[in-house]
Amino acid sequence: YDMQTFVYPSSKHRQMRGLSPGQTTTYTYSLCKSQRWYAVSHLSVQERIDKKREAARLGGGQARIEAQHKRGKLTARERVELLLDPDTFVEYDMFVEHRCSDFGMDSAQNKYPGDSVVTGQGRINGRLVYVFSQDFTVFGGSLSGAHAQKICKIMDQAVLVGAPVIGLNDSGGARIQEGVESLAGYADIFLRNVLVSGVVPQISLIMGPCAGGAVYSPALTDFTFMVKDTSYLFITGPDVVKSVTNEDVTQEELGGAKTHTAVSGVAHRAFENDVEALLNLREFFNFLPLSNKDPAPVMECHDPSDRLVPGLDTVVPFESTKAYDMLDIIHGIADERDFFEIMPNYAKNIVVGFARMNGRTIGIVGNQPKVASGCLDINSSVKGARFVRFCDAFNIPIITFVDVPGFLPGTAQEYGGIIRHGAKLLFAFAEATVPKITIITRKAYGGAYDVMSSKHLRGDVNYAWPSAEVAVMGAKGAVQIIFRGKENQAEAEAEYVETFANPFPAAVRGFVDDIIQPSSTRMRICRDLEVLVNKCQTNPWKKHANIPL
Amino acid sequence: MAAPRVTSGLQRVLLMLKNVHFKLGYRIVASRKQYSTVYDPNEKTFEKILIANRGEIACRIIKTCKKMGIKTVAVHSDVDSNAVHVKMADEAVCVGPAPTSKSYLNMDAIMEAIRKTRAEAVHPGYGFLSENKEFAKRLAAEGVTFIGPDTHAIQAMGDKIESKLIAKNAKVNTIPGFDGVVKDTDQAISIAREIGYPVMIKASAGGGGKGMRIAWNDEETREGFRFSSQEAASSFGDDRLLIEKFIDNPRHIEIQVLADKHGNALWLNERECSIQRRNQKVIEEAPSTFLDPNTRKQMGEQAVSLAKAVQYSSAGTVEFLVDSQRNFYFLEMNTRLQVEHPITECITGLDLVQEMIRIAKGYKLHQKQADIPIKGWAVESRVYAEDPYKSFGLPSIGRLSQYIEPLNLTNVRVDSGIKEGSDISIYYDPMISKLVTYGSTRAEALQRMVEALDSYVIRGVTHNISLLRDILIHPRFVKGDISTKFLPEVYPDGFKGHQLSDNGRRELLATAACLYVALQLRSRRFIGNQRVSTSHKEQNRWELSLKLDKDTHAVTVFSTGSLFTVELDGKRLNVTSEWNLASALLPVTIDGTQRTMQCLSRDASGNVSLQYLGTVFKIQVLNRKAADLNKHMPEKVPEDSGSILRSPMPGSVVAVSVKPGDMVSEGQEICVIEAMKMQNSMTAARTAKVKTVHCKAGDTVAEGDILIELGMD
Repeated sequence: YDMQTFVYPSSKHRQMRGLSPGQTTTYTYSLCKSQRWYAVSHLSVQERIDKKREAARLGGGQARIEAQHKRGKLTARERVELLLDPDTFVEYDMFVEHRCSDFGMDSAQNKYPGDSVVTGQGRINGRLVYVFSQDFTVFGGSLSGAHAQKICKIMDQAVLVGAPVIGLNDSGGARIQEGVESLAGYADIFLRNVLVSGVVPQISLIMGPCAGGAVYSPALTDFTFMVKDTSYLFITGPDVVKSVTNEDVTQEELGGAKTHTAVSGVAHRAFENDVEALLNLREFFNFLPLSNKDPAPVMECHDPSDRLVPGLDTVVPFESTKAYDMLDIIHGIADERDFFEIMPNYAKNIVVGFARMNGRTIGIVGNQPKVASGCLDINSSVKGARFVRFCDAFNIPIITFVDVPGFLPGTAQEYGGIIRHGAKLLFAFAEATVPKITIITRKAYGGAYDVMSSKHLRGDVNYAWPSAEVAVMGAKGAVQIIFRGKENQAEAEAEYVETFANPFPAAVRGFVDDIIQPSSTRMRICRDLEVLVNKCQTNPWKKHANIPL
Repeated sequence: MAAPRVTSGLQRVLLMLKNVHFKLGYRIVASRKQYSTVYDPNEKTFEKILIANRGEIACRIIKTCKKMGIKTVAVHSDVDSNAVHVKMADEAVCVGPAPTSKSYLNMDAIMEAIRKTRAEAVHPGYGFLSENKEFAKRLAAEGVTFIGPDTHAIQAMGDKIESKLIAKNAKVNTIPGFDGVVKDTDQAISIAREIGYPVMIKASAGGGGKGMRIAWNDEETREGFRFSSQEAASSFGDDRLLIEKFIDNPRHIEIQVLADKHGNALWLNERECSIQRRNQKVIEEAPSTFLDPNTRKQMGEQAVSLAKAVQYSSAGTVEFLVDSQRNFYFLEMNTRLQVEHPITECITGLDLVQEMIRIAKGYKLHQKQADIPIKGWAVESRVYAEDPYKSFGLPSIGRLSQYIEPLNLTNVRVDSGIKEGSDISIYYDPMISKLVTYGSTRAEALQRMVEALDSYVIRGVTHNISLLRDILIHPRFVKGDISTKFLPEVYPDGFKGHQLSDNGRRELLATAACLYVALQLRSRRFIGNQRVSTSHKEQNRWELSLKLDKDTHAVTVFSTGSLFTVELDGKRLNVTSEWNLASALLPVTIDGTQRTMQCLSRDASGNVSLQYLGTVFKIQVLNRKAADLNKHMPEKVPEDSGSILRSPMPGSVVAVSVKPGDMVSEGQEICVIEAMKMQNSMTAARTAKVKTVHCKAGDTVAEGDILIELGMD
């Protein structure tokens, strides 16, 4: 047997082998001289390996790939390639096949190496991430026992090394032929989603159908993004809805991106198409720490931390009833005006999202006076609470901008349980131990003042702008109570405004640390974050807290 | 106190030193080098002046008042309570709600403010009450000085016919024509023939170019007579008509005059204001390329003789039309400070506001005509919050999220009344600022203007910098070959942004590609231990695909430090920059050529908006792989613009003439939007049934708001 030299023909092959592209890899079989018999059989194994790999790369075959493209969707592998840095994807379990033998599933043509999911790890801007990407071309991306096992494997490893997990979902649902095996697979994933929650960030990007039990995996992850027009999330599809409730509804109306980003609040954001979604996911990933043991990332920053923002001095209108856009403040203070908003179309009376201050990731929560006067209601409380808890879990400082007239009154809110839901936001702010900086820009009325990261909930630095009004309620309502029956209500109102419609009552008690010029807000936050970077605070030992769900 | 005196050079220096000692605070700021006249602090002046105006002109006047040590009172509407002029003034009085008729034109409230603050004099600025004789009278009745001419001059020059008669008598060239009541069509035709075609017909009482009709023959005269006489009767209740020689391809050149109350009058040279759209000036310069010293002198002397004829005092402007043979004809006299006065200040060194205040106080002019120089060249661009792509400028509103004036450049003056965070609202003139540059030659002033426009950061509102800059580099403008028809002649199909040359396109694409690479490289730069892979070498070759308009360009970028080499269209370009990704300006050097670009927006999807040569270009930059895969992405169907009528600008709905279910035919008026005193008729794009009406009369609408939806036919 002659000495053979194998040069892997393409960079793709090298990549599969986990070899870096620059490495000239020659495999010299003479090394195995003493085991010549092995080398002979090795050749045929090598052929089989190559064949299997090739089959795995093709997924459900060329025809299905083209069908996928026709739908305006990319294949599972194309998605992974776009998401990760070039040549960094290391694939696992390319040879795993499903183990079902019912309904003719064990026939050769029903076996696809790798089955209906691509899994592995790679890098986004140099940082480690674990990825699974469901392959719609193989049995419609349906979840088999093997499919679930592959996902569980990377999730387990992600926790071991402390790196986020990104799921690219495009699956018709359970592999019906596998029955309970498939259901068990889902449960295995759910369990891991739950155990991993708060350990490493988990992100789901819905890029096709995701129905039935499958929806609960994205629902358990930290962030769910969708692709407009090509992705759906629902428990039961339009046909079942029709037969059960007799409602006529399209897929898009029932579980499309618009529904979930604006109405249900299930998804956090939607993007135009696969390419944009993946590119945005890369950008989003840069905001996140890799695990709960890592600090919030700090990027190279060109924006001076002591930059004054003169526009902030005039952003709050003179009349306290007039609206303004909280985003003007957020864009003003953030590095390079860059703000990655979470849930921009849902519960718009609160704004949440990520930005950077002097390069460091921060989470921003702000009441939005432009929508419903910035009041807190059920949806905005839940939206805010979930965001605050994510930041707290992953060491991301929280900056809170307060302009809140109170909780929204009314039967709809009370019957809906505003007490229970409002308590979630209160709970989240109170238990958070990350650096908390609060700026009261205008109104901070009633219980909502307490809730919005007040000094009393362990706010580290609490500022008031000169336009701040911290009081139990607005002048009109207060005067009707305190001065009931008094003739000159207008005079009483003026007196109340003079006493309470300013930052002094809070400042003299030390409930705000300082009254600051709005244009200096960025400079101060940057400075405070630097001070608070080593903040260390722990809550009393407990198995877990009991947030009012 | 001390009588005005002409000081020698040495005395001036001493005086200045004295001033510095006196009020160090603003004297240094205020004495920017555009004024060479020295203010004598011993000359007694007003204690307190109220400025009955807003915006840049109010700020401009306050600056001079501060220099002269005069206390200032600003008036403002409620929405302006945070405005710059309010902050600058020593006192401020709110005179009413936002609409000008209830605030800045509210004479009762302004008179009350004068009484309350005990202001001794009022400077009206331009517009609003500046040429309102009623206002001047009321001030006189209360013993308050009006900083401007007396009521007689305002009245005389305010009437088209009367002013022309006075001009004729003062031996000022006037346009041959007829003014008065025209009996019938036949008389109109005979007048027109006598003057010689082409003629212009309009109502005497109508201002500016409003309702102006041009007739080239008898038939058109007949028609013009009919329209104008109707309009004269219905709109103005004044039957008089003006028929005069129409000057083809005219230039608009005006003479600044300055006269005191002692019969002295000066002409301060001309301003060339021919670049106009809809009879509004866009770019002005002083002096004019077109005037020879002799014509200038003739025009100046005629302007002065007119001023003297009406016993004019204060600053005023005599407007002339000048034809290609340098014949000039009196147009009208503006009895106020003009918007474009700074360019005259630049070339003469005079502070016109200071002179107006001195004159109002009763002082004689310091200068003699021989003292008035033409030093260098000054250009003014009117920077407006408007969309120049829509009829050379439809108003736009918004909050100035970022605003940086190019004051770091030398010989740049910016007269503005706004700052970062200000709102440009629908209630007032959408002017952002007057950008003035100055140089020893015209070429220098123009070059500086181009640089200043490139470095001017205005974000949050649409602005007209693209148009201004494109005019400035147009060969006809550079040559000085202009007329009031410049814009429609140069842009017959409307302004569509700067048209890229091949080289320009390469510069733009190369910069966009390099910016993308700089961003990509930066996004890997985590500080501290961020567990970034170290085994991976930094990428230094970038295969990109750039999409500009409909075209896709393959671009390769090689990066070494901050130097990028770009290959595109078979050419290599070297691009260097600091790549400061937070700065509003993006200065780059491309093969040795320096360009100041601005990156207005960028997103993770690779879309960047770059302001290059004044115009904003949208480019999508993707790596080759993403671009390849992008081919599979579905085309999103754009909204059917024929079915949806959107408001082209912010404004208020004046009238809606349809209701759901109505049939409308193509071109039929559906509703009327008013913004900044302009009414715009919105018409149906096709014949259809009205599906939904989203607005009603009185509504305030933003740009892009849906007004009406049409159903299928």
